[in-house]
Amino acid sequence: MISSHLPALQVVLPLISAPVCVLIRKGLVAWMFAVAVSWITFVIALALLVHVVANGPLSYAMGGWAAPYGIVYRIDLLTAFVLIIVAGMGALVTTSAFRVAPGDMSRDHQNFFFGIFLLVLTGLLGITVTGDAFNLYVFLEISSLASYALVALGRDRRALMAAFQYLIMGTIGATFILAGIGLLYAVTGTLNMEDLAQRLQQVDDSRAVKAAFAFIVVGASLKLALFPLHAWLPNAYTHAPALVSAFLAATATKVGVYVLVRFIYTVFGGVFSFETMSLGPILMVFGLCAALVSSLVAIFQENVKRMFAYSSVAQIGYMVLGLSFASHTGLTAAIVHIFNHAAMKGALFLALACAVYRLGSVELSELRGLGRRMPITFACIVIAGLSLIGVPLTGGFVSKWYLVSAALEQDLWLVAAAVLVSSLFAVVYVWRVVEVAYFQSPPDGKGARCEAPASLVIPTVALAVACIYFGIDTEPTVGVARAAANELLASIP
Amino acid sequence: MTTLGVFNYWVAVVLTMIGLYLVMASDNLVKKLVGLNIFQTAVFLIYITIGKVEGGTAPILKEGFDVYSNPLPHVLILTAIVVAVATTSVGLALVTRIKEEYGSVEEAEMRKQDEE
Repeated sequence: MISSHLPALQVVLPLISAPVCVLIRKGLVAWMFAVAVSWITFVIALALLVHVVANGPLSYAMGGWAAPYGIVYRIDLLTAFVLIIVAGMGALVTTSAFRVAPGDMSRDHQNFFFGIFLLVLTGLLGITVTGDAFNLYVFLEISSLASYALVALGRDRRALMAAFQYLIMGTIGATFILAGIGLLYAVTGTLNMEDLAQRLQQVDDSRAVKAAFAFIVVGASLKLALFPLHAWLPNAYTHAPALVSAFLAATATKVGVYVLVRFIYTVFGGVFSFETMSLGPILMVFGLCAALVSSLVAIFQENVKRMFAYSSVAQIGYMVLGLSFASHTGLTAAIVHIFNHAAMKGALFLALACAVYRLGSVELSELRGLGRRMPITFACIVIAGLSLIGVPLTGGFVSKWYLVSAALEQDLWLVAAAVLVSSLFAVVYVWRVVEVAYFQSPPDGKGARCEAPASLVIPTVALAVACIYFGIDTEPTVGVARAAANELLASIP
Repeated sequence: MTTLGVFNYWVAVVLTMIGLYLVMASDNLVKKLVGLNIFQTAVFLIYITIGKVEGGTAPILKEGFDVYSNPLPHVLILTAIVVAVATTSVGLALVTRIKEEYGSVEEAEMRKQDEE
């Protein structure tokens, strides 16, 4: 039965397809192949979500080796939810890569691009499905190494330096996680996450476990670009090809948040994380700083890609803030925001890819009057921007609603106020783009309509529609997020 | 705990610090990569030390061999070494491209060129 091997196929399919893509010399054939693979991957993720919703968590012993000895793939609701986001974004971005702007990325080696892209997809999916701590590290490195290469594909030579910076920070983060896992192994003698959780309950007050916790939290924070460890992110997203920014902004940091949640709740347990180690206040301070400072910095950017990169750091701050409440509502807010932010940032960066396709640059001054020249693209930017601000009837509102109510549950009025203030900052930077695009006249002789090709516009519109759809029908996202939060909180004995 | 065990951990701590310091303080990209390698190797050393049993041999079923070292951390580190090699090669590939574009591998020099 092929259906019983879905968890393995989820990872193995893109992994095997990556070298095949490189071997296919023709760019167009490689594109068709990558699109087919990424959509099949998405269908597998959907099938897994349906299965998990119906039958509860699923364990898959890799190669038939039983649980604590072999590597186990474990899929619960949170896993399936993140898989959908990663695989869905992967499918949309590969589809839109049919025609890339020559100014954005070299067209000669498209097969290499798709090969590397599928490797990033493999790594991110692998991190999500695995139930083995060391396996998580290996997948983390697969996805990171491939994404350094993707960032370096940018045509601007500054992309190289951004990729190098990303490589240094990313490797330090991953090595921190490796050190943490090593210490955990030294204390418990196991690498299986469920096994680790059980054995850690019996260890009390071990300095090695506390050190392991610190290593893993700092390492994961570097990977998810938590303020003030975010220095690599704005450069990497600004200079990477626009499609790569779209994919990485929507998935890579979200998977980082997933790793943090997984270790805090499943491995260490909420009691150890929030009571013994008092992680709550730490995450709260950094999350708030991220939301306020990065939103403020975003206002003053002249390059729109860099503006939205800083806004990503701020949005990650919201997710971490949600985690810091250590409550059911807070966790729900964080998980919902993983989805909603993926949709809105995916839409924004894909829309910027459309703009880059026509203009070759996304400096604010270049976008004058573009609202009339590329109406569909800019409608998407407005919708995703509204979602970014958190206007009702968009996905962003739903996440902020849960975030603010989680703060009010614990009488943290100041925190709720800070979330609102940072949303006001978002109004300012989104308005700057809208003002330039709609209310300034285009440069002389460039008033003609020039919408980007359909292969780029359709995925952008799909994501913008998702921003609105999941703001109105909240049941699919909030329902799953709540149930996932229940599962995570129930795992604490 | 034997002196050897504690000694290894101290070496790992010192090497970690040296590696991180090199990554942060050096201006030369290749030196940064060297620092990164030292840092990674120091963490590998922790794993190897965890697995080592005093007087233990490789796990072979044969008379006369009763004490075995734990092979699992050693195997894990084989994987991690491969990862480190891959990281270094990607890093060096980037440095080569940077040298082509900027004609330099010094960070300060590149910043000066970008500002012009």
